[in-house]
Amino acid sequence: MDPVDIGLWGVPLAILGGAIRVSTPFIFVSLGECLTERSGRINLGLEGTLVFGAMSGYAMAYETGSPFIGVLAAAVAGMLFGLFHGWICKFEGVNDIAVGIAMMLFGMGLAFFLGKPYIQPVAPDLPAIGFGWWSDIPQVRAALQVNVLFIAGGILALVMAWMFRSTRVGLVVRVVGDSTDAARAIGLNPDVVRLLATGAGGALAGVGGAYLSLYYPGSWSEGISSGQGLMAVALVIFARWNPINCFWAALLFGGAGALGPALQSVGVSEGYYLFFAAPYVLTLGLLILTSSPDRAMQGAPLALSLTK
Amino acid sequence: MTGRKPRGAITVEAVHMTMKFGDFTALDDVSIKIRAGSFHALLGENGAGKSTLVKCIMGFYHATSGEMLVEGFDAQMTDPKAAQELGLGMVYQHFTLVPSLTGAENLVISRADVPAVIDWRAERARLDAFMQTMPFSVPLDQPVSRMAAGEKQKLEIVKQLYLGNRFLILDEPTSVLTPAEADEVLGYVRAMTRAGEITVLMITHKFREVTAFADEVSILRRGQYVGGGKVGEISIEEMSRAMMGAAPEVSERNRAETVKTPVLTLKGVKAVDSSGLKTIEIDAVTLHSGEILGIAGISGNGQMELMEILTGQRRLTGGEIRLNGQPFGMTRAEARAHKLRYLPEEPLRNACAPRMSVAENLAFRMFDEGPGGRSAFWKDGRAIARNATALIEAFKVKTASPAARIASLSGGNVQRAVLGRELSGEVDALIVSNPCFGLDFSAVSAIRDRLIEARNTGTAILLISEDLDEIMELSDRILVMSEGRVSFETPIETANVTELGQHMAGHG
Ligand SMILES: Nc1ncnc2c1ncn2[C@@H]1O[C@H](COP(=O)(O)OP(=O)(O)OP(=O)(O)O)[C@@H](O)[C@H]1O
Ligand SMILES: [Mg+2]
Repeated sequence: MDPVDIGLWGVPLAILGGAIRVSTPFIFVSLGECLTERSGRINLGLEGTLVFGAMSGYAMAYETGSPFIGVLAAAVAGMLFGLFHGWICKFEGVNDIAVGIAMMLFGMGLAFFLGKPYIQPVAPDLPAIGFGWWSDIPQVRAALQVNVLFIAGGILALVMAWMFRSTRVGLVVRVVGDSTDAARAIGLNPDVVRLLATGAGGALAGVGGAYLSLYYPGSWSEGISSGQGLMAVALVIFARWNPINCFWAALLFGGAGALGPALQSVGVSEGYYLFFAAPYVLTLGLLILTSSPDRAMQGAPLALSLTK
Repeated sequence: MTGRKPRGAITVEAVHMTMKFGDFTALDDVSIKIRAGSFHALLGENGAGKSTLVKCIMGFYHATSGEMLVEGFDAQMTDPKAAQELGLGMVYQHFTLVPSLTGAENLVISRADVPAVIDWRAERARLDAFMQTMPFSVPLDQPVSRMAAGEKQKLEIVKQLYLGNRFLILDEPTSVLTPAEADEVLGYVRAMTRAGEITVLMITHKFREVTAFADEVSILRRGQYVGGGKVGEISIEEMSRAMMGAAPEVSERNRAETVKTPVLTLKGVKAVDSSGLKTIEIDAVTLHSGEILGIAGISGNGQMELMEILTGQRRLTGGEIRLNGQPFGMTRAEARAHKLRYLPEEPLRNACAPRMSVAENLAFRMFDEGPGGRSAFWKDGRAIARNATALIEAFKVKTASPAARIASLSGGNVQRAVLGRELSGEVDALIVSNPCFGLDFSAVSAIRDRLIEARNTGTAILLISEDLDEIMELSDRILVMSEGRVSFETPIETANVTELGQHMAGHG
């Protein structure tokens, strides 16, 4: 089908499509970080985990021919990274932020090293579901190509919100994240809870990475991530540690990221590079606007080294 | 819920308990037996080792040596969970509720048998039914961080009962409660011991509570058991002698005539509390030299925020504060120039760097001041050490060494250390909040003596306190704060407790 000229309508449509496409890794990484931070620990290493997940997911998908096995492999790799981070942080006097930075560099370095042979080969893509069947306009169809992982991310956000409210696991994570002493007093072992939360968070970041290499942009290269793993940390703060807000924040961020390409597609080329900075400017602006010198940060886990 | 544990009070016994922190012996061969159904009081001066003993009983600390017997059987208290399974529960001196969880969530999660998926509707129905059997109500839907101290304390006790614990340790449960609230809570607890439902071990500094509620008493001094017996057979004099090693001197406090000139004035001061929901508005308050201005009020009525405004921890949204006639921006330089000092509540959190040493914490007012009041560039280790030794000596701070972390000091000793720091040198104005919170009686009377002494030499003192007796004892003038506003003012001559109580409760 040939593209139909839909004029300026192309811009919001491209932004919507871009938001859905670009936001998926943000959803997974920020949900993972949300879980980890809710347990009172920060994992800045998720950028490394993301890149390693992208590499291992791509490699496994290529070797087995199944993108889903790739996603699974990325999740397992991410979990191992998370568990390693959690295990190191257990020791007295270890700072989670410093360990995170080390893990970030380690993850990226290891991924580049092991991923060299997979830059050329082509691995199978993850499938997408077309929600645009009702329309004849190819742009609409393209925008509404929704990847299965995006849908899974949305469901995951709901499940996680429910988990924090209504399950034992969720409450345990919140208790540990709020007060190490209170957790000990009810007989919980904060180190174990944080270890598992960091492991699970890492697994989600790994899945986010697999999306990058298996769907969009859809190939493995060393420049695959543009800092999604780090931006997710800011997203979690902006989302006030609420999984559902994480989902919306990721979508907003993805939409802002699609602004540049969308404007370019309708011929606006001036200040093109400036629009690529839109998501970062947006995050910064929103963080400033939603903070207050008088009120305590709502929803921040109190045991977090950020808020301590 | 409570069904799995057998009901009824239990006997708990600690035998030859010793606890060492490094070379420091906090607990030295202490044996104590708390009989089923008794209300046992544990007395001792600050740092005597009371909290350490009960934490060993609860498995929060691992005693260096010693044994525990529960109902006559050997019990291994490896961790708090083991103690909980035996029906032992504790309300700690520092709150252990989870701040961002609601009351209901706190109760449910503390249970050993929380289901994997919590059906909140059913859970709430059961909680409501349980609360019907409680003598006081607590807001179950509010996050704990929004609750007042009294509400938290009640929730802590309710939590232990909800867990079905039959041996309760209360570590200074009433230090944050008004006298009426304290009587209500303790009265109920005692009724439960009388009915044989629970056994209670309560740490307290208040003899009134011992004589009014306890059956038996044990006294610790410097980590050793130094006496005890049945309440009624042992007099208050005997108890205080055992605690202190000597009978306390009753000091005569004389109020000298002082010159009263305005020092600190607040006009139309407005601020928002940390939840952003409540506002503080203070129309006009003037503090004079040579007077103690008491601010009474039940906790959570804006006193904490007032203190934070005055220490510069909370931003003003309106109004003006003047110090000696000049606008006061709550900076360190201004406070130093006007010789204004502070003793905030919870000094470990608000006035200390917990991980720094006692000596360093004591140096916060002088470390950057060189000879002649000029600002110093190099740190003078020797001056810091000298300052620390002098203050530790003068204020009888019990610490293993000046180099120990201040967080390792007992609650009362942190209080003394900070007060010592704030009262050193010349002080023209002093703002204190609950200065005797958690102190033993000799420390209380020493601190009150110092406050009166400072007043007599012309210091202006703003005393924010939840302890009405303290306000009545020290103040020249009393203000009552209720819901963020000053609702009542009276000179001490015409003050009466009933009237103040009514204004505190908001029925003026
Ligand atoms: N974790 C610790 N490390 C080192 N020393 C400690 C520790 N905990 C307590 N101590 C010391 O043990 C002594 C007893 O402390 P404890 O807290 O038991 O006193 P307390 O009787 O409860 O006093 P207070 O009435 O002030 O609460 C104190 O001198 C304190 O400095
Ligand atoms: Mg204590």
